Amino acid sequence: MSTLAGQAVDRVFRNEGRAILATLIEQLRDIDLAEEVLQDAYVTALEKWSTAPLPDRPAAWLLTTARRKALDRIRRRRTGERKLQVLMTEREEHLAAPKALEPVPDDELRLMFTCCHPALSAQAQVALTLSILGGLNTKEIARAFLVPEVTMAQRLVRAKRKIKHAGIPYRVPDASELGERLAGVLAVVYLIFNEGYFPRDGERATRTDLCDEAIRLCRHIVSLLPKAETLGLLSLMVLQHARRDARVDADGVMVRLEDHDRARWRADETQVGLEILNSAIKLRAPGPYQIQAAISALHAEASLAADTDWPQIVLLYRELAAKYPTPVVELNLSVALANLRGPEFALRRIEELSDMDDYQPYFAARADLLRRLQRYGEAVESYDRALALTDNSVVVQFLRRRRRECGVPTEQ
Amino acid sequence: MQYLCLIYDDETRMSRMEGGVRQEFMQSYWQFNEDAKKAGVFVGGDALQPTGTATSVRVRAGKTGATDGPFAETKEQLGGYYLLDCEDLDEAIEWAARIPTAKFGTIEVRPLMVFEE
Repeated sequence: MSTLAGQAVDRVFRNEGRAILATLIEQLRDIDLAEEVLQDAYVTALEKWSTAPLPDRPAAWLLTTARRKALDRIRRRRTGERKLQVLMTEREEHLAAPKALEPVPDDELRLMFTCCHPALSAQAQVALTLSILGGLNTKEIARAFLVPEVTMAQRLVRAKRKIKHAGIPYRVPDASELGERLAGVLAVVYLIFNEGYFPRDGERATRTDLCDEAIRLCRHIVSLLPKAETLGLLSLMVLQHARRDARVDADGVMVRLEDHDRARWRADETQVGLEILNSAIKLRAPGPYQIQAAISALHAEASLAADTDWPQIVLLYRELAAKYPTPVVELNLSVALANLRGPEFALRRIEELSDMDDYQPYFAARADLLRRLQRYGEAVESYDRALALTDNSVVVQFLRRRRRECGVPTEQ
Repeated sequence: MQYLCLIYDDETRMSRMEGGVRQEFMQSYWQFNEDAKKAGVFVGGDALQPTGTATSVRVRAGKTGATDGPFAETKEQLGGYYLLDCEDLDEAIEWAARIPTAKFGTIEVRPLMVFEE
């Protein structure tokens, strides 16, 4: 096998693999079959391309080869079951009918709406999106979500089965549904990002691979369906991710945003994030991601933590809380308010919040406010609650260090 | 594809409705039937007698046993069904949402299994 053929296959796989798979799924209406025959087609390509000149359009060659293999399989499966069969089945007719020769960009978009269909569980949506559109293998996805590989494999099999048997369509929803369904897709993308930005476990503050993948997916959605909120989410993620190098100190301990060495923020990426936000705002369709991106932008524009425009940030959080009220937004608003009205005011507000029992950032924020009020005993209690809710060593070390500053000896 | 829409709700709801409200509720069901038939989606559909009329039948060791019930302690009971022929799950969801009980109860949408020849 020539390495040239190997390189060519690798190049098509990396650059166009997802697009080819999406179009193949669209044509075969069967994710498993599409994945299998495309795999076969890559193997065939490795053999054929090492003895013959490369095809002009390798993606089209792979698509056609894979489709032919699918047709063969369906026919073989059937003749095994029944000897005499003159008429083509409906499926074969559908397959044999003329099809797009090149990958169709919109097929990826359609597939995104399939993977993020509300009839699938949130977990399944994330797993499918990473597997089919993100090109991550089962092992990588399992590692990202801290579940055994077998569990993740089963989750993917079940989700694909549901798509097939329940008839979940491959379609960009109608205008009447598009807003809501797109919000579902963006929620999955942001979930993937957050899984990378706040890993629940492990030794790192950021799982860059997941963050990068979420940003890549979002860029792709922007290129196919440039809506304001998609741009808003992209801007939000790019701005947050630009801070990744400042989130951990030399000892591997988490650094809070106000203590970041802002020189370590990636200025070029921040600039890109700000530009994306501007193009989002120009579309004049405001939404929660754009507001959050605007808050991130205000942090980005302050070269010192002391220069942060807290009044403006509080106004943005208030807008977010008024239009899209959630306990998490309330918490962030209260924490921002602490900068204007003091920790006691903020503490009173967050103590009224409900549904926070499992939310680590709530107890970390509460502990911090109590520590600033020198109510050390209560602060330690809150640090302990926060510590019980995370296994990420970067966060654990940060919380322990702060807990020690409260001067209450660790119970052991 | 054919989808069975199983209609679950508190089965005492109807009996607790006032005359006029009940009439209106029934009227909305007749309207649904008509709409589904006009759209060519309707394959079948019926309402069921309450769970108090149910009999459970089991054959064990060749012997048929029939018992009263089941009386599972759930808030919602199966009260009827529609069999609908839809393009895909999205269309099935759209029709299921139009079943009048969807406003209070739950419609479970299940695709029929197709055995390949």
